[in-house]
Amino acid sequence: MSDDYALEVDSVTAYYGSRRILDDVSLRVGYGEIMVIMGGSGSGKSTLLRHMLALNKLAAGSIRVLGLNIARATGEELHKLRRDIGVAFQSGALLSSLTVGENVALPLREHTDLNDNIVQISAKLKLEVVNLGGFDQLYPAQLSGGMIKRAALARALAMDPKLLFFDEPSAGLDPVVSSELDDLILKLRNSLKMTIVVVTHELESAFKIADRITVLDHGRILISGTVDEVRNSTIARVQDLLQRRSRPSELSADDYLERLTAHVKRA
Amino acid sequence: MVYQVKKDSGFAIIHLVGDIDLSCSPEARKAILDSLGAGQPTLVDLSGVTYIDSSGVANLVEGYQTAKKKSLEFGLLGVSEAAFSVLELARLDKVFPIHGSLKERLAKNG
Ligand SMILES: Nc1ncnc2c1ncn2[C@@H]1O[C@H](COP(=O)(O)OP(=O)(O)O)[C@@H](O)[C@H]1O
Ligand SMILES: [Mg+2]
Repeated sequence: MSDDYALEVDSVTAYYGSRRILDDVSLRVGYGEIMVIMGGSGSGKSTLLRHMLALNKLAAGSIRVLGLNIARATGEELHKLRRDIGVAFQSGALLSSLTVGENVALPLREHTDLNDNIVQISAKLKLEVVNLGGFDQLYPAQLSGGMIKRAALARALAMDPKLLFFDEPSAGLDPVVSSELDDLILKLRNSLKMTIVVVTHELESAFKIADRITVLDHGRILISGTVDEVRNSTIARVQDLLQRRSRPSELSADDYLERLTAHVKRA
Repeated sequence: MVYQVKKDSGFAIIHLVGDIDLSCSPEARKAILDSLGAGQPTLVDLSGVTYIDSSGVANLVEGYQTAKKKSLEFGLLGVSEAAFSVLELARLDKVFPIHGSLKERLAKNG
C-alpha cells in the first residue's frame, strides 16, 4: 500500500495555537507524478508543506513520505528520508555568506564523503541544469529574484532527490521567467522521473505543469483531481477561485462597476 | 553497481553495471582515474547502467578533463537510456565523445 505512493496524507488536521489551519486534509501523490497544491494566500499551503517535511507536529491524521510514516519515524529514519527529499522554499533560503556554488554544494558536504572535486563538479552540474552555469562564484545578494529561485532549486536538487517540494516557484517573478521555471520542472520529471509537489497560487503555471491539482481553501480541500477535472469543476467556490485569477477581464461591466463601487453601498 | 575492466584494441574499457549512486560512485571514480593514471586511452561502457546520480556523472566529467590533460582518449560506449537522459539534462550529451560500441568507435578509426 505505502509503496504505491510517494506521498500519502491522510485526514490531517493542524493548528497554530488554537487556530485550526488544516482541516481533514487527505491527498496522494504517485511516483513520478507532479502534484500542484493551489489555494489563495493564507489557505494553508505552506503549512501543509511543513507537515509533509515533518517540520511541524500533526494534531491528527498521518503522513507517509516515500513509504515512511513520519510521525512514528525515529530521528535516524527521518535523517535518512531527508537525503531523498529536496525542498526549495518560498524565500529561497540561501546562505548569504556563501557563494551560489557553495550553497549548492552544502548538502553534499553535509551528507556525503565525496571527494571535493566531485562535490564541486556536481554543484556546477546542478547550476547548469537550472541555467545558472557560470554563476557559481556570485553571492545571493548579486542575483535577481528569478536567479535566486533557480539557485534554490539547484540546491534542492543537490542530493538527487526522489521527491522534490517547491513552494511558490513563480511568486514575484515576471511571466517569462516563471514560465521557464515551469519548463524546468517538467524537464526534471520527464528525464529523472522525479516526483514533484509544487505549491503555487498561479493558475496558469498549475495548469501547465500539473498531472493533478489539489485546491485548498481555508485549510480544507475544495477539490483534488486532474487538470481537466479542476478546470471543469462545477463547484462554485472552485470556479470563483479560478475565474478571479485567470480571467479578471471577463468580469461583466456591471460586476466590474459593482466591484469598484461596493464601498458606497457598505458605507 | 558492479564493474569490469578489460583491455581491447588498445583501450581500457570500464564496464559499469547497475545503479551508480553515492554508495559506489567513489569506486567507479577510482577505476576511471586509475586507468587514466596508467596512461591508457579509456572508454566507459554505460550500456548496463540502470541509474546514475550526479556524483557518477561528475566522475565522468573529471575523467574526461583528466584524460584531456594527459592527451589520452576518453569516451562513453553504449550509453543506456537511463544514463543518457541524465547526461542530456546537463547538456553533457554534446560534451562527451559517445559511441554506440567499441566496434563503432574502431570504425571511426581515429
Ligand atoms: N508560524 C505561524 N504561527 C501562527 N500562524 C501561522 C504561522 N504560519 C502561518 N500561519 C497562519 O496560518 C495560515 C496559513 O498560512 P500558510 O500555510 O502560510 O498559507 P499559504 O502558504 O497558503 O499562504 C495563515 O492564516 C497564516 O497567517
Ligand atoms: Mg505560502
